[in-house]
Amino acid sequence: MSVPQSWTPVTSADTAVPTHDQVVAGLKATDEGGADLVQLLTPEGERVTDPRFDRYAADIDLDTLKNLYRDMVLVRRFDREGNALQRQGQLGIWVPLLGQEAAQVGSGRALAPQDMAFPSYREHGVAWTRGVDPTDLLGIFRGTDHGTWDPIEKRFHLYTIVIGNQCLNATGYAMGQKFEGKVGDGSDAEATICYFGDGATSQGDVHEGFVWAAVYDAPVVFYCQNNQWAISEPTERQTRVPLYKRAQGYGFPGIRVDGNDVLACLAVTRWALEECRTGNGPVLVEAFTYRMDAHTTSDDPTRYRLADELELWKLKDPIERVRVNLVREHGVEQGFFDGIQAEADELAARFRQFCVDMPPPAPDRMFSKVYAEPSPTLEAQREAFLAYHASFEGA
Amino acid sequence: MAVLTMAKAINDGLRAAMERDPKVLVMGEDVGKLGGVFRVTDGLQKDFGEQRVLDTPLAESGIIGTAVGLAIRGFRPVCEIQFDGFVFPGYDQIVSQLAKLHFRSQGKVPMPVVVRIPFGGGIGAVEHHSESPEALFAHVAGLKVVACSNADDAYWMIQQAIASDDPVIFFEPKRRYWDKAEVDVSATPPPLHTSRLVRPGSALTLVGYGPVLKTCLEAATAAAADGTELEVIDLRTLSPLDLDPVFDSVRRTGRLVVVAEAPSEVSVAAEVAARVQEQCFHSLEAPVLRVTGFDTPYPPSKCEEDFLPDLDRVLDAVDRSLGW
Ligand SMILES: Cc1ncc(C[n+]2csc(CCOP(=O)(O)OP(=O)(O)O)c2C)c(N)n1
Repeated sequence: MSVPQSWTPVTSADTAVPTHDQVVAGLKATDEGGADLVQLLTPEGERVTDPRFDRYAADIDLDTLKNLYRDMVLVRRFDREGNALQRQGQLGIWVPLLGQEAAQVGSGRALAPQDMAFPSYREHGVAWTRGVDPTDLLGIFRGTDHGTWDPIEKRFHLYTIVIGNQCLNATGYAMGQKFEGKVGDGSDAEATICYFGDGATSQGDVHEGFVWAAVYDAPVVFYCQNNQWAISEPTERQTRVPLYKRAQGYGFPGIRVDGNDVLACLAVTRWALEECRTGNGPVLVEAFTYRMDAHTTSDDPTRYRLADELELWKLKDPIERVRVNLVREHGVEQGFFDGIQAEADELAARFRQFCVDMPPPAPDRMFSKVYAEPSPTLEAQREAFLAYHASFEGA
Repeated sequence: MAVLTMAKAINDGLRAAMERDPKVLVMGEDVGKLGGVFRVTDGLQKDFGEQRVLDTPLAESGIIGTAVGLAIRGFRPVCEIQFDGFVFPGYDQIVSQLAKLHFRSQGKVPMPVVVRIPFGGGIGAVEHHSESPEALFAHVAGLKVVACSNADDAYWMIQQAIASDDPVIFFEPKRRYWDKAEVDVSATPPPLHTSRLVRPGSALTLVGYGPVLKTCLEAATAAAADGTELEVIDLRTLSPLDLDPVFDSVRRTGRLVVVAEAPSEVSVAAEVAARVQEQCFHSLEAPVLRVTGFDTPYPPSKCEEDFLPDLDRVLDAVDRSLGW
């Protein structure tokens, strides 16, 4: 064991506690999306114009806006119920989306039925927009299955937990759309959207996805929800440049949108999908948002971030600004909001009841569908297991 | 003598190694400020600084690949992979560079890198958080592979792994992180690549490693209550295997049951069984039996009790062997 000893490491006594400079830098980084941030609805609920993207929101009438509000309230409500169910031992874990409702509902509602979506594991709001019933998500977190919806029918792939994997899968799917002639001006034109986080942008799979998509002009929207944190690591641990700027190096457009602004997310994603469907893909969208809860119910964010930061982001809540807009600019009355709240509570109750009533998987569930064609080894193991299992019956 | 959880014992072992050698680095996702998702690296960044405890970008190939570069430069990186199922983006760097550089350079470029991997199931987790991929590493020439089973061993083994000039894949049984044991920091530990007889017995030899060792010991206790004395051996090292103590034992008992969480096909357990029948053929009074996970992907957690070898399945195999 011969190692040169000349190297003197730099030690800082209290790196676990953020310094004043770190606090200021953190607040600044999370406060501003930068001059390029696309916004149509300010945190104060004011509709602002954007010469480039207004036309992608021009058809949003009062009813549509109310529906977006409803989507977000319902999604937040069952997300909170997920946390509660975990705390009560009904779920092993829950991955909260709190704060990311606009980024998910806005982009999800931009999709056409024929488009395909590849989520990571926090996209409960996108699942909702694809018509996946929230109860179909429960098995993953209760430990009974890996997602019970049909990914082909819903055009919503299974959740992917291995960070970044889905970016290549989405790109391959989009290549297939192109190879089958589904890119162009036709009404049957298709695109794919791929969801991932700021942390994921460091993975090789994401980089390779960008390369492939660029080389094959694949109709895929890379939709990065920059919620400022990858568990305990701030975005500065992953990048020197704003993430949307990375796209330029791969040769396709990148854009940063206010991820807490459901209208802007909808408009920008509509634009990005249209680019892809008409052959100008891929596109990178960075939805600038904030993870308002822990990474998962197993995480303790007080170990690595400051409460001030959360307080700041609460002022930019994605749901509140739509509510304010509905009241101030459209005179929507309290009765509407009460009605949505009641509907949300009903959804939460149904979600809870479904969870509590979920039967355990069949004993031989683990042997089910491992292969498309039967494996003699596995069949023998299944039979031996079932015989062994039966030997306990009545014991 | 301190009573420590396994997580704390590894933390203390890392700390001791870092104090001893300034070239020892800890690197991985969330290992710094957070102290790792299992808190195994808790407090290390605070005490050793950000240049020795690196919160890396989120990419396992990057973690392993840069560790290889740092090792070429004379550092001794200890990489943390957050969960077993996330090592695969780093597998290429492990197999192609980490494992082979010593051989390719004919010893001019040693690879004193440790890759710590919390492994195994039993914690009710979602997909990719409960796997036992040790055979995928034990199969690769150039890598050394170990698995600790208790706090005392963990404290010593992590330091020995860091001191080794070979790359060591260091498996930590995550469902035992919170189990406590006495750790004697003044003891002289056995060499890293040795297996250990942990409970003597005459009726049958029970071999396990990592998380199932506790299950094996419970089985031995249960069998003893019925008057059957099982001999229990903790494998500890999966590559190279140290099977002489197993051969000695089987020559005395005539029976062997190998226990592991990993699926059985082409596994470490299969290798143990093959070697024992080569070396102890005439002593065997029953076929070598394996109690393992099934040859399925790790199932949803509500099925894991059935997947994991438990006391009943181990005792069932013991009965079958004894009744042969
Ligand atoms: C390949 C891989 N490595 C590590 C992990 C463990 N892990 C789960 S989530 C996460 C952070 C992800 O951060 P980000 O991509 O920003 O998404 P977010 O969770 O914030 O939505 C990590 C490291 C994993 N799931 N997959």
